[in-house]
Amino acid sequence: MDQKRSTLNLFDNIDLATELRLGLPGTDDQPEIKISISGNKRSSSEIGSSTCKDEEESSFSPPAKEQVVGWPPVRSYRKNILQVKKTELETGSGMYVKVSMDGAPYLRKLDLKMYKSYEELMKGLQEMFKCIIGLYSEREGYNGSQHALTYEDKDGDWMLVGDVPWEMFISSCKRLRIMKSCEARGLGDFL
Amino acid sequence: MGFPEEVLEHVFSFITSHTDRNVVSLVCKSWYEIERWCRRRIFVGNCYAVSPAMMIRRFPEVRSVELKGKPHFADFNLVPDGWGGYFYPWICEMARAYPWLEEIKLKRMVVTDDNLELISKSFKNFKVLVLSSCEGFSTHGLAAIAANCRNLRELDLRESEVEDLSGHWLSHFPDSCTSLQSLNMSCLSSEVSFSALQRLIARSPNLKTLRLNRAVPLEKLSTLLRRAPQLVELGTGAYSAEIRPDVYANLTEAFSRCKEVKGLSGFWDVLPSYLPAIYSVCSRLTSLNLSYATIQSPDVTKIITQCPNLQSLSVLDYIEDTGLNALSLSCKDLRELRVFPSDPFVANANVSLTEQGLVAVSEGCSKLQSVLYFCRQMSNSALTTIAKNRPNLTCFRLCILEPRAPDYLTFEPLDVGFGAIVEHCKQLQRLSLSGLLTDRVFEYIGKWAKKLEMLSIAFAGDSDLGLHHVLSGCDSLRKLEIRDCPFGDKALLANVSKLETMRSLWMSSCSVSLGACKRLSQKMPRLNVEVIDEQGDLDSRPDNCHVEKLYIYRTVAGPRFDMPSFIRTMDQNPTYRS
Repeated sequence: MDQKRSTLNLFDNIDLATELRLGLPGTDDQPEIKISISGNKRSSSEIGSSTCKDEEESSFSPPAKEQVVGWPPVRSYRKNILQVKKTELETGSGMYVKVSMDGAPYLRKLDLKMYKSYEELMKGLQEMFKCIIGLYSEREGYNGSQHALTYEDKDGDWMLVGDVPWEMFISSCKRLRIMKSCEARGLGDFL
Repeated sequence: MGFPEEVLEHVFSFITSHTDRNVVSLVCKSWYEIERWCRRRIFVGNCYAVSPAMMIRRFPEVRSVELKGKPHFADFNLVPDGWGGYFYPWICEMARAYPWLEEIKLKRMVVTDDNLELISKSFKNFKVLVLSSCEGFSTHGLAAIAANCRNLRELDLRESEVEDLSGHWLSHFPDSCTSLQSLNMSCLSSEVSFSALQRLIARSPNLKTLRLNRAVPLEKLSTLLRRAPQLVELGTGAYSAEIRPDVYANLTEAFSRCKEVKGLSGFWDVLPSYLPAIYSVCSRLTSLNLSYATIQSPDVTKIITQCPNLQSLSVLDYIEDTGLNALSLSCKDLRELRVFPSDPFVANANVSLTEQGLVAVSEGCSKLQSVLYFCRQMSNSALTTIAKNRPNLTCFRLCILEPRAPDYLTFEPLDVGFGAIVEHCKQLQRLSLSGLLTDRVFEYIGKWAKKLEMLSIAFAGDSDLGLHHVLSGCDSLRKLEIRDCPFGDKALLANVSKLETMRSLWMSSCSVSLGACKRLSQKMPRLNVEVIDEQGDLDSRPDNCHVEKLYIYRTVAGPRFDMPSFIRTMDQNPTYRS
């Protein structure tokens, strides 16, 4: 790890190669680790290169630069606004949600703020759980897939994912559940 | 001169530009006398260049005073706290001498609540207060202005740092105050009383400019707009709310009633679903500031493609090259473009914004004059294309985020590219450089940039020759600011008289020695050579040590005495030196 990085890093003293991790039974692959720290993104190769495949390295952004006073020439007022926004984006409450999949003994946790759309969320989940999830559509049902995605909202109701605009979804989603689509079909009937 | 005084006065009243009036006063003694008695507006570009007493002595009948304090680099935290720029001595004298003063405009000055209270009580006809990038006051001071200035027309706090104790200040505007035409409170964070705001707006029929602060919720914006359909410039508060059809409908309808709106700003915390509410005003917009709106390129593009009359646009780099391309096709009247970085401290691009976006705009927008562009890569060929496309540029400020970044295609310095800019853009008045640059770029600047008035340099050049080119070649240079460049004593001492033709020179983290500062100061009695060194002990430093920061400016007021201990004016009297 490069000790010269003076930027904030919550994972400063953790060697992730030895960190205990829960993986779904039967998964040999290392789960993709996306580490999000307020203001900076850390290069995976700095934390534990053994945990990363080469092709994944390009998906990590290099670390933030050491900051030179007054450079780049952005006014403090502007910097503060953007920093607040980034902090809200990256440490906003409720963004880490539990994800359960029917039939799996362990739950996972996922940061909704890492995704900008339903498509991205689906891809992330599919990679995490090694399954195909279909977004429900009136015409095609679950697209022939085995699983459907539902979420628990602020009121405690279980809802089908995909009906409301993305921002509204992430602000009201408390947890996710990947159901078997045969069980989820009932949900669709009520819509 | 044969003309009677009244005739000359009448003629002079049509001459409004400061430079022209200064010239008029030099024609002859009687013109000087007449001119000084009828001068109503004063602009002092450096508050330490002249003293308040001198100003008042020469111009006894002034109605409007505009002052600037700290150097521009103060915006980027390069000027230490306590540097100066106090409004106090000015307001003390003006309160006594100018009872009919109507306007005060300050930039980068330190203003206190007492100062504001003094303003509010000293001038019966006070109308306009503009505090741009100022600091040192709180909302208490604003309350005094609101309460006591009966005929207040304009209160503009743009980008000032205000100690925000509460939003109660706004409620101090009396019910009898109906004269407000312009209110800019966008820099404040506290919530003001909404009903007080609403009533103020309702009783201000001439209100043309209203810039709200972030705390004014979107759901209430329509209420305000309905009371001010005559608005020309609007700054929204936070632009997001729970998605509710009634809020959306109200907002859309309220905007559609604003037939006079030409400028929009604000847009903090934007929820894109609410953006279409502004579409009805887009076709009339000449000015749009989305530089706080963290919305992605498709949303930005949807808006700007509906603004064919846009002249000025500020955005974040989320607009990306695709958005800038759309801009170049839709906004043929564009004069000014400012693109700010969304994530300035991350090394790799978080957005797809490159030099191509700027090239596209330079091609499509034939009236483009003023550019401020933050990006992560640039090439000489792109700069040359831009220069040839837009010889009418008057302001070109390019900031490549990585210091000393070379041409990303050829890995060469960007000398040739910036050289093309100064060669082709013969009316260029303001230039900011960045990227990898050698002394060569300064050779080009000295040779071509004859109309250049302000130049900003960072992490550039190889030697004193670079600075020498600029000081000896740029005939119109008024302000020069330099940081982290290997410029030293030789260039400065070879161009001493040039410094008196300029307003100011700032150099920080360069290679100027303390001894050279002293020599410069002795040679040029009408310059203040101020050395800033926060490590202290300036007195015991050897002459060959490099100074941290240096600020040189011409003045007729002599050295100033309001400095903190870490700033010294170099002594002009050699007999006092040890």
